[in-house]
Amino acid sequence: MELTADTLFAGTASGAFLPLTAPLSFWGGVDPATGRIINGRHPQRGVSLAGRVVAIPDLIGSSSSSSVMLELVHAGLAPAAVLLTKVDAILVVGCLVAREMGLSAPPVIRRDTWDGLPEAAVLAIVAGAEGATIRPA
Amino acid sequence: MEETGSLTLGERERAMLAGEAGEGAAAAMRLVADAARLLGARRLVPVASAHIDGCLYHGDAGTLFAEHLVALGASVAVPATLNIGALDLMKPGNVRMPPERRAMALRLMQAYQALGCRSTFTCAPYQAGHRPAVGEDVAWGESNAVAFCNSVLGARTNRYGDFLDIACAIAGAAPAVGLHLPQNRRARLVLDASALPDRLKDEDAFWPVLGALTGRKAGERVPAITGLEGFASEDRLKALGAAAASFGAVGLFHVVGETPEAPTLAAALDGADADVERLTMGDIGEALALLSTATGADEAVSAVGIGSPHLSLGEFEALIDTFAGRRARLPFYANTGRHVVAELEARGHLPALDAAGVTLVADTCIVATRIIPAAGGVLMTNSGKFAHYAPGNIGHAVIYGSLADCVETAVAGTLRRDLSLWS
Repeated sequence: MELTADTLFAGTASGAFLPLTAPLSFWGGVDPATGRIINGRHPQRGVSLAGRVVAIPDLIGSSSSSSVMLELVHAGLAPAAVLLTKVDAILVVGCLVAREMGLSAPPVIRRDTWDGLPEAAVLAIVAGAEGATIRPA
Repeated sequence: MEETGSLTLGERERAMLAGEAGEGAAAAMRLVADAARLLGARRLVPVASAHIDGCLYHGDAGTLFAEHLVALGASVAVPATLNIGALDLMKPGNVRMPPERRAMALRLMQAYQALGCRSTFTCAPYQAGHRPAVGEDVAWGESNAVAFCNSVLGARTNRYGDFLDIACAIAGAAPAVGLHLPQNRRARLVLDASALPDRLKDEDAFWPVLGALTGRKAGERVPAITGLEGFASEDRLKALGAAAASFGAVGLFHVVGETPEAPTLAAALDGADADVERLTMGDIGEALALLSTATGADEAVSAVGIGSPHLSLGEFEALIDTFAGRRARLPFYANTGRHVVAELEARGHLPALDAAGVTLVADTCIVATRIIPAAGGVLMTNSGKFAHYAPGNIGHAVIYGSLADCVETAVAGTLRRDLSLWS
């Protein structure tokens, strides 16, 4: 099984699939020092995003989320890849800045829905300029 | 002209990308061009000024990036003001922070100054002399400043976030999308306030509540509010925008008869289809409830905080008048910019504030950094933005009230609120 998606930030990655069950803002929602979800209202509070292929149903909130993404990359606690359903510049700006600093930032890809990917399966992502593919690793 | 995907860059922009203006400018232009492609922009638009929301410390990588730009020789191409940092540079003792973090937060603020930004450190740069003209394209960050800049000044900016704001300031250009384009500035939601009582519209405390309501109702639509003619002031519009940008994602609002792009409702709509909602006292009651997370019944008020956005000179004069020579028994924090501190000093107002027991906080604010000693208290405020952010950022429950409620509570040492305002 292979799905295709749009590339928002290119790269290759693999990791365990973590679909989030509620919208998330990285700023105020993810601790840049631990990579864990800290928003008290989020059903997956305490879960770590580090090294996971994270699907986010709806990205919300502050433009300071770019900073949180950069801090996560710098601390080695970033997701392996980020799967979105809408084009979002805020997280990707964090990735662009990380690349500017010579750090390796996770691929960010988008498709209309991520339904159908099995939870906890290890997924491999190849995101290039022409588009992205996701398949079981 | 070179086609790069659907984005076309001009000669100056391509030269900058190629490094002709230095490595720092090339790095900034790369960031702006990549973001423009992502946002589907077909071109960049030159910007006349910038307000930079990047000097609040979130972690070491942000400091290292700013210093990276400095090391590459970057500097801003347009006048740029700075938003708050994590430190009060005028009174360092106000902020509690471990020494290593304090050092990195200071390096961050210094790096942005080394890039040529002005050391304003305020979220109300529009009251510190930074006022772009109607129709001018600019690149501003900080949600309340964006709302004010678009709505009250009539300049054009998107909601620029960390890194993209400084990149636009260095590149002197921004992606030509969103609120830079006139067709996206037209109202798509009309909120009719004509049924609300005039005496309420003439209360300062009404405006943050209306802002929260507007933020919740607007979604991604530009709102136009009717029925407020003759009641707006600059500080009221500032409070409205800050709450609308906190409780929603409002980057532009129109107040018909009061803001520059809305001399009439027809002008604000400019032919666009809009939904119309008539506001009721029921709506106001619901929005008012959103602004408080505590009732004051179970837990005593532990501190009072005002000044988000940063207080203007006029707001300080109203504060001094309301204290009327009395003194606060509760900790009372008044947040502002150094531009206003200088004015207060020049006009001889500092002794009155000191006598009232008011702690002046400049260059930063109480919900962005650790100033109030411990989490877990109850903060009383007249700021819609503080009401929104205090619970999550500093672990304080909030009670919203008017300026008079805040002062009377501080003086009495226990909750005093005139709820007849809202009946």
